[in-house]
This record gives sequence, structure tokens and C-alpha cells, in this order.
Amino acid sequence: MLKDISIGQFFPGKSIVHRLDPRIKILLVFGFIITLFIVRNLVSFGLIILFLTVTVFTAKIPVKTVLKSLKPILPLILFTAILNIFFIDGHVLFRWGWIRITEDGIRLAVLMIIRIVCLIIGASLLTYTTSPIALTDAIERLLSPLKKIHFPVHEMAMMMTIALRFIPTLIEETDKIMSAQKARGADLETGGLMKRAKALVPILIPLFVSAFRRAEELALAMECRCYRGGEGRTRMKQLKLTVSDWVIAVFVTAFYIVGILMNLWIPALF
Amino acid sequence: MAIIRVEHLTHHYSPGTPFEKTAIDDVSLEIEEGELVGVIGHTGSGKSTLIQHLNGLLKPDSGKVYINNTDIFESKETLQKIRFQVGLVFQYPEYQLFEETVYKDIAFGPTNMGLNPLQIREAVERAVSAVEIPSSMLEKSPFELSGGQKRRVAIAGVIAMNPRVLILDEPTAGLDPKGRDTILALIQKYHQQEHNTVLLVSHSMEDVAKYATKVLVMNRSQLYAYEDVDSIFTRAAEIEKIGLSVPQITKVFHQLAELGYPVNSNTYRIQEASEQLLRLLKKKGEQEC
Repeated sequence: MLKDISIGQFFPGKSIVHRLDPRIKILLVFGFIITLFIVRNLVSFGLIILFLTVTVFTAKIPVKTVLKSLKPILPLILFTAILNIFFIDGHVLFRWGWIRITEDGIRLAVLMIIRIVCLIIGASLLTYTTSPIALTDAIERLLSPLKKIHFPVHEMAMMMTIALRFIPTLIEETDKIMSAQKARGADLETGGLMKRAKALVPILIPLFVSAFRRAEELALAMECRCYRGGEGRTRMKQLKLTVSDWVIAVFVTAFYIVGILMNLWIPALF
Repeated sequence: MAIIRVEHLTHHYSPGTPFEKTAIDDVSLEIEEGELVGVIGHTGSGKSTLIQHLNGLLKPDSGKVYINNTDIFESKETLQKIRFQVGLVFQYPEYQLFEETVYKDIAFGPTNMGLNPLQIREAVERAVSAVEIPSSMLEKSPFELSGGQKRRVAIAGVIAMNPRVLILDEPTAGLDPKGRDTILALIQKYHQQEHNTVLLVSHSMEDVAKYATKVLVMNRSQLYAYEDVDSIFTRAAEIEKIGLSVPQITKVFHQLAELGYPVNSNTYRIQEASEQLLRLLKKKGEQEC
């Protein structure tokens, strides 16, 4: 049911990937995405796929879970692939009526599929191996230069933390309310669009009411503990870069650069 | 004839994942019509999972559920009908209120049943009188009411469907002692008037001893016992062993009996307890005279 939805699901663990400083991890994922879109030769893609595989295995994330994260974007992958295969000009391989398939089209389609799949796996590795708290903490630290222009960095991070924290709670709540209304004979599964939209009212209203109630309670609880925003706030767990963080950062960045430079010597896929 | 019959019911949560958990394991049981059953067990013992099978909200991995000799998972239509025959009041039911007025909210169930307006009015009025809500409250918004009143309105919303089996999952959770007694007394009165079957999930052995006719004990996903209230507390030692408490009175009387006083060690209601104590004290008084 609803419980099985995984949004940025965190897999606790103690691997090197888990222990890497979240700030470095975020920056490396950004670097990864940039590399992915500059690189256009097969050898580099091979290296990238190897890199992802090694990371998945060191992080001990089940392969099944990684593949599951691809499921929601399957339509997108198919859509781009079809678009590329049929609508790119070039050397024609096959023609039937107005449909034609070009060599370049196939190449570009393969390239885009590899890119999207690697992008999703790389990004979900970040959320699989970093707890939401660590993630928002890192974002707050990375964005802290923006404080100079009076951007409310701390408040943003706090809002993100709270939002992430309440996703499972609200899902559970929705499940419960749905069961309760079904027990009173609410029919959520049959009928036309209008009828179904109407059937959502008995679920959405209690859900909103409870979300507001929770927000109020949380605000009160935070104030009771003297929360006054980010100013002068210290942390129990300070993010500190260790030697191994630096080593990994340098090593992986070098790897990206090598991958990009290969564009110069190896003929492009497209 | 048994109104509820459960055969070899098994249910797992999140099957096929590392988080798989057996919630109920091979539970078989028959509940006769007209009983008030106290369902007791630890958090996570499977009682909530069990009761959600009885009106088909959860589907068993294996096993069958019969209500009034009909397999409830026979077809979609049967399932929808069963939902009206087996009324289920969830924990904190006041969080499911959504309508503009108390009347409309209580009428939600009967409306879904497809009753005509006249029957709906009748059903709402019967439910309202069962939970003793003043009719002046009917046109108010349910969000204006106090916590205890909301809870009663929510219970009325299920009673209004006139179910043959009423299941309540901890109807007194989060209420003050007076609110608890009121709700439980209302449920008992409703049970006596309607002669239907009521299942009452509770954490408190005291409440179960006071109101129920039968006790169903769940322990570690399995049915531990289903017996009369009278016989269950003779097994007090066993029950305490699985980590459930017996009523305080029973504890006291067990110890009195052990000390050699002529009392019935299997006492669990205040009324009987005070009678026995008075008799005992009187006898002692006579001896001393």
C-alpha cells in the first residue's frame, strides 16, 4: 500500500560511502552529474558505470533497491528513447512509410538512456546512504555563504528537515484515515473521475486538520525548548572534514577529470 | 451459531522485503453472537491486525474469515456488505471526522449504505441516543466539540450503520478516568440493548474484567486464549508470565487465599470483592466478641 513508497529512503549502514562527509557527498554528486553530461565517449561511460557499481557494492545497498528507484522514471526513459530514435536526422537504416530509424538516432537514444539511468542511480545513492538530517545539515552548511545577502539559510534547512521528517508520518496517517472511512463504507475505488474526486473529501479534510494540529504542537514544543531560529545556535554533531574525506574527494574528482579528458582522445559516441 | 469464524488466519507485513514481519500466525477462532469480547494483548501482539481482517480492510495471506457463515473475501460486493455488518471504530476515531455538521458526519455511513433520507434520519437518531449526545449538538460543527464529545460522535458514526458486530479499538485511549467510564458504560448499555456482538480492544485488564463476558488474549502474533472471564483469571500466574497484568483485585485475592483466608481467589469485580471482604470481616468480628 502507501507504506511501500520510497521517497529518498535511507539505508542505514557503516560503509565508507555512508561515513563520507555529507557536504563532500553532495558536491561529488553534483560533479558526477556534470561529468555525465559532458562525457560523450564509450570508454568514459564504461568507467562511470564501473564507478557506480563499485559504489553500490561498497555501500552494501541491495541491487534490487537500486533498480526499484528506476521504476518511476521508466516512462521518461522510454519517451526520450522513442523521441530520439524516430526524430533524429542522419544516415537512414530503416524506412517504412513515414517512419524511419537513423543510425544517429539509435546512438543518441542509447546515450540518453545511459545518462538518465546513471543520473538517477547516482542521485539516489546520495539519499540511500545519507540520513535526511545529515543531508539538510550539509545543505545548510554549503549554503551558509548566502547568509551574507540575508537569505534565511537556517530556516530553509529547518523547513526541509521538518518536511522530510513528516513524510512517513503523514503517509501513515493517510493510511489510517483511509481505512477508517472505508470501514464506514466509503467507496474509493469505483466510479468516474468526479465521483472519485468527491470520495477524497472525507480523507483530505481530516488529513489537513491533523497536519495543522501537528504543526501547532511541533511549534509549541520547539518554543518550549527555546528555539529562536539559527542565530547563536550551536550543534552537538559538528561536521568535520577528516583526512579520508579529503582523500576520497581528491581521488573522485581526479577520476571525473580523467573521464572528461578522454573526450579529447576517444571518438565520441555522438 | 458463531457469527465470526476465523480459520488459520496468517498475515505478514511487507512480505518479500527485509522488513517482513509476521503480524498474525495461524489464528483460528469462533465468536458466538451476543458476546462482549475483551481483546487484550501487548502492543504488536497482532490484535489490531486481527480486527482489521474481520471487516476485510486487510486481506489475509492465508486462511479464511467467515461472518455469519459467509466468506467475506468471496467477492467485492460481499466485502462492501460486510463492512456495514461489521462496524470498526479505530483508535482515536475523532480524527476521522470531516463533515460540516455532527449530523452529516454520523449520516456518512448510512448514506454509503444507500438508505433513503427517512431511514438515514432514523439511524442517526438511534445512534445519537445510544451515545447520549444531546440533539442540540447535531447542527454544530464536529470541530467545535470537546475531545470526549468528538469521540462519542465518531463512535455514533459507526453505530449508525447498525452493525451486527461492533469492534472498538481502544475506545478509551487518551481519555480521563471519568471519560473512560462513560464511554465503556455506554458501550455496555448499547450491547445489552441491541444484543449484538461487541469486540472491545483494551490494554486494561480491569476494564475487560468489568465489562466483558469473554476474553481473547493475543500473544506474539498467536491466539493465546479465548475463554470466559471467570476462567481466564484462574490462570493469573500464566497471564502474568506473558507480561500482561491481571486486575489488582485478583492479585490481592490470590494473596489472601495463599495466606489461608477463606476467599475465592478468582475474584475480579469490585462488587464481589467487597461482599467477600465484608463477610470475612463480619465473621472475624463475631469471633472476637
